[in-house]
Amino acid sequence: MKLSKTIKAIACAGAALALAATLGACSSNADSSSAGSDANSTDAVELSGNVSTNGSTSMEKVIGSLGEAFMAANPGVTITYDATGSGTGIESASNGSCDLGLASRDLKSEETGLTSITIALDGIAVVVNADCGVDNLTLDQVSKIFTGEITNWSEVGGADLEISCIGREAGSGTRDGFESITGTKDSCVLDQELTSTGAVLTAVSSSPNAIGYASLSAVESADGIKALTIDGVACSEETVLDGTYSIQRPFNIVISENAQLSPQAQAFVDFATSPEAADLIRGAGAVPLA
Amino acid sequence: MTTKSTHPLEAVFHGIFFACGALSVVFVIGITAYLIISGLPAISQVGLIDFLLGQVWNPGKEQFGILPFILTSVYGTIGATLLGLPLGLLTALFLSKFSSRRVSRVIRSAVELLAGIPSVVYGLVGMIVLVPAIQHAFNLASGATLAAAILVLTIMILPYIVNVSVTALDAVPREYEEGSLALGATDTETYFKISLRAARSGVATAIVQGIGRALGEAMAIIMVAGTVANMPELFESVRFLTTAIVSEMSYAPYGSLQREALFSIALVLFLFIVAVNVLLNLIVRRKED
Repeated sequence: MKLSKTIKAIACAGAALALAATLGACSSNADSSSAGSDANSTDAVELSGNVSTNGSTSMEKVIGSLGEAFMAANPGVTITYDATGSGTGIESASNGSCDLGLASRDLKSEETGLTSITIALDGIAVVVNADCGVDNLTLDQVSKIFTGEITNWSEVGGADLEISCIGREAGSGTRDGFESITGTKDSCVLDQELTSTGAVLTAVSSSPNAIGYASLSAVESADGIKALTIDGVACSEETVLDGTYSIQRPFNIVISENAQLSPQAQAFVDFATSPEAADLIRGAGAVPLA
Repeated sequence: MTTKSTHPLEAVFHGIFFACGALSVVFVIGITAYLIISGLPAISQVGLIDFLLGQVWNPGKEQFGILPFILTSVYGTIGATLLGLPLGLLTALFLSKFSSRRVSRVIRSAVELLAGIPSVVYGLVGMIVLVPAIQHAFNLASGATLAAAILVLTIMILPYIVNVSVTALDAVPREYEEGSLALGATDTETYFKISLRAARSGVATAIVQGIGRALGEAMAIIMVAGTVANMPELFESVRFLTTAIVSEMSYAPYGSLQREALFSIALVLFLFIVAVNVLLNLIVRRKED
């Protein structure tokens, strides 16, 4: 009994230490990023008030880090973010219930009276195990694999192995982006539905049968996996920027044409599209335009 | 009583103890009320029959049937209990009756440590070791299956079964066993036919505790079960009641039917756990009688 209690106590202490270390690391990161953005706090007029944003869950990290830096530079401004989804974001921008709508897709033809400003692009890489013999798929093959029409790697030039599709949970922005671009909305036949990018990459790296998808930024540093070229184009910052890589989507700020933006909202849009924001956007896993 | 109440400090402490005791009752009532209030709207909107017996869960198409989750949780729990029970019981018999004090101490602390390992660690090891192993062993496209979840759950409930069973077996009066041995029964006959029978209500408690633990586990199995909402099959990717809540909670929009349905799943899970606990209480009470 005594022995096991000691072990438990040690384990607890260890966990607490690890937690403290992580927290420490986080806060120091935040400090350095806000310190970097102090450079743009040269506004002559002191801004104050609220900027409400509402929309795409995929844009959470980008808006989060941009907002954090902007608030550090302009202490009088509070930026709020509601993660609802692109449709709701566009809707609330048009009816005026938020200052800036966030949409990780282009406006549809029936969504009129709105202007969208692209602040970044997001590439979704299709990943397979490093031992997978296949290096390239067409967009059509990708959607056939995920809808269960193609079930064996030999059908697309690989080894005779059954394909195991790994996707994300319903509601995930990456899933939404992937499925709408590949035209597989709600029709994917999956073997695993995982709740994080990391889990997808781990699962893909441990099985030669697997195919999955993840945001470009997460794939670049991962071991045991490789990103496929789609129609011969590799997923990279350059190919996403020049538009040749097909599985990509824009991160847009949507503004109503009728409403006058408040000075602080206008300043935030200017900041988000300025070259200074590029590193923050890159840090949040997206591809900056500027 | 009268002497206690004459001292004012006693009364104060009595009040403090009572408040502490009442607090946990308040928590239980509060959680129950919250689950019922937040779980019922979606059930009434979807319809009780469609909700409980619907075979398709697809929030994108407004389909909210949780039969796959219920059956997966039931099969997974039964599977883990069937595997864990003989293993745990034999371990307990060995620890209580056969092993030397030294060996027993080592195994007991190992079993206790097993109970202390965080479930996310079980999940991680399962995901990296067990899932690929199952994939290769059975030549599957993906090893993240109900079978993997059952194996992980088996290991997780093992310490509960062992600990409670050992306590029950240790408490069997020595005279029972001596009487049996004196009548010419062998050790094995004595332990299986006398000790185990005398300790049977303790063993039943162990089983029910294991079931409760398996039913409520989420973190470990979300990483090995694949979490696709299929009807359960041993070598299919499956989703449990617990993992159904965890996997969609972070993205389900506020105020949506999907989010409310997740609370309804929580209510169903809660009712299962309550049923298991009622069963446990019945067993304990029968032991006391």
